[in-house]
Amino acid sequence: MTADTVLIARDLARHYLVSRGAFRQPATLKALDGAGFTVKRGRTLAVVGESGCGKSTLARLVTMIEPPTAGSLQISGHEIVGASSDTLKKLRSKVQIVFQNPYGSLNPRQKIGHALEEPLLVNTTLSAKERTERARAMMANVGLRPEHYERYPHMFSGGQRQRIAIARALMLDPDILVLDEPVSALDVSIQAQVLNLLADIQERLNLAFLFISHDLSVVRHIANDVMVMYLGRVVEYGSRDDIFRNPQHPYTRALLSATPMADPERKRERIVLKGELPSPLNPPSGCAFNPRCPLAFEPCPVLRPALLAHEASLVACHAVNKPEATTKAA
Amino acid sequence: MALLDIRNLTVEFKTASGWFRAVDGVSFKVDAHEVLAIVGESGSGKSVSMLAVMGLLPWTATVTADRLQFEGRELLGMSKRERRKIIGKDIAMIFQEPMSSLNPCFNVGYQLTEALKTHLDMDKAERRKRAIELLSEVGIPAPETRLNSFPHQLSGGMNQRVMIAMAIACKPKLLIADEPTTALDVTIQAQILDLLLKLQRETGMGLVLITHSMGVVAETAERVSVQYAGQKVEEQPVRGLFKEPHHPYTAALIAALPERAHANRLPSIPGVVPGQFDRPQGCLFSPRCGFATSLCRVEVPPQQRELGDALCHYPLKNGVALGHPGKGEAA
Repeated sequence: MTADTVLIARDLARHYLVSRGAFRQPATLKALDGAGFTVKRGRTLAVVGESGCGKSTLARLVTMIEPPTAGSLQISGHEIVGASSDTLKKLRSKVQIVFQNPYGSLNPRQKIGHALEEPLLVNTTLSAKERTERARAMMANVGLRPEHYERYPHMFSGGQRQRIAIARALMLDPDILVLDEPVSALDVSIQAQVLNLLADIQERLNLAFLFISHDLSVVRHIANDVMVMYLGRVVEYGSRDDIFRNPQHPYTRALLSATPMADPERKRERIVLKGELPSPLNPPSGCAFNPRCPLAFEPCPVLRPALLAHEASLVACHAVNKPEATTKAA
Repeated sequence: MALLDIRNLTVEFKTASGWFRAVDGVSFKVDAHEVLAIVGESGSGKSVSMLAVMGLLPWTATVTADRLQFEGRELLGMSKRERRKIIGKDIAMIFQEPMSSLNPCFNVGYQLTEALKTHLDMDKAERRKRAIELLSEVGIPAPETRLNSFPHQLSGGMNQRVMIAMAIACKPKLLIADEPTTALDVTIQAQILDLLLKLQRETGMGLVLITHSMGVVAETAERVSVQYAGQKVEEQPVRGLFKEPHHPYTAALIAALPERAHANRLPSIPGVVPGQFDRPQGCLFSPRCGFATSLCRVEVPPQQRELGDALCHYPLKNGVALGHPGKGEAA
């Protein structure tokens, strides 16, 4: 491990027990089932997938809101599985999160200044004066004016609220910022402002970003590496250019082709997937994608594909990893 | 004759702090067999103008228009009883949140047959048959059993299909879709858009698609109307709009899309959409516009008839702002 790598996950899993009434065994919901990745300083890993693919569960594990059921997770060189609560407390300030909805993630009764100072109040021994100074400095950093200090969240627009949420996440000087759909609630013109702010911050503070999104055009703009997930499992993992120029997994291809592009001249063959996401309580056997997959053949419903190196990326697909078998099936 | 002909539509809301103009002099036409997209950011009045057509605005709203005609019949002066015969039958609407637009207390079959009961002369068995037909038309598997399902038992995509089935139940001539795919996942969004376009082609109805996504506009619409702060700032066929936008707002909006970016930073539009209390004089976009001059800040801009109806003193042509005095005076 190099000093630059701040986040290493191996076979990370999170299972929930779901009650099905008094007389039945609770079912296991595998929200996240074996994800592995690394993020370096100054780099962005984008996690892409539809609802129910486990991307928000991943955010909850990385921010240590919940412990993983299995696997290992190293943050800034410390293993968090089995760590003491003291270590965890120290590590928690190293990972901060920005949520999707800036209307819901700020306390409406708390002035902006106080919202920014609260992480310092809880985690440091700074005096009130120092806390105020830091909060004001951070406001200037994210493009908020000094007079905003005394205002309440309802007095701000969505874009400004997201700036406040970003400022609050930066107050404890984290190594990793988890961004859970940070721009999907914003209008296009505001979205561009916030994306630029994030790029500025990453450059200035050399932060590692874990960027969770379903909007592939935003991901293409901001990410260095991309991890595509489907029903709790990683289906493809590679650099941005490899994933976007040369997608391997049929799900990645479908996702890319389904994303509307703002170019009326470009007529593309759209791969429209049949059916809906299966219930994560009862995922299909073998490869979870097999009922919707255009390339599915004999081993798919039986055997779960492993995440294997194919060309420059890691792909979990029988058809891709054994090309001769596909031709046979076709 | 156009299917829907709107001229100078204005909607004002009475609020505690005075009148708020949500739609400000919007005009456009929709023909049969046509897909018109209305695109704009939140607060641009795109939903409100269509709710005004449907007559679904609350009593606090005042709707005025020089013309609000559907198939040559004026909707504004019409009696409520008369208007209800058109709404839901000839003009239907699909809303953004399928989960909250459907009534959770009634099953799909009941909600689907309600419009048939009101508008068409059908008995119970016929209505049921038609409901099954509609559900299979919008691609819901096992429609007979689905009639008895409640909205919470269906996924978001399935609920949106039910909404579409309800809207097309009486074979409308005009379908208004208000952000029909915003709440859905990408692969489901593709399915729903394909379904809407397929139905539009098959039935020849006019389709008004309200959206904020430029990607959806580019892939579905034939003609696009761009709204900003309640005004229509530009209208063009879709190819022209993306190739050569005439209004600086449209140009900036297209440039701000992450997928068009070449550099690390996006060319963003500074500031925010004006609200009730900071509505500028003159051009509403002037505080955020890179081309704004003192003229823009004072005088309401004219509509440039030849250049996509752009509401601008200095419309863009071949990337040049026509008649602009130059950067020196722009500040």
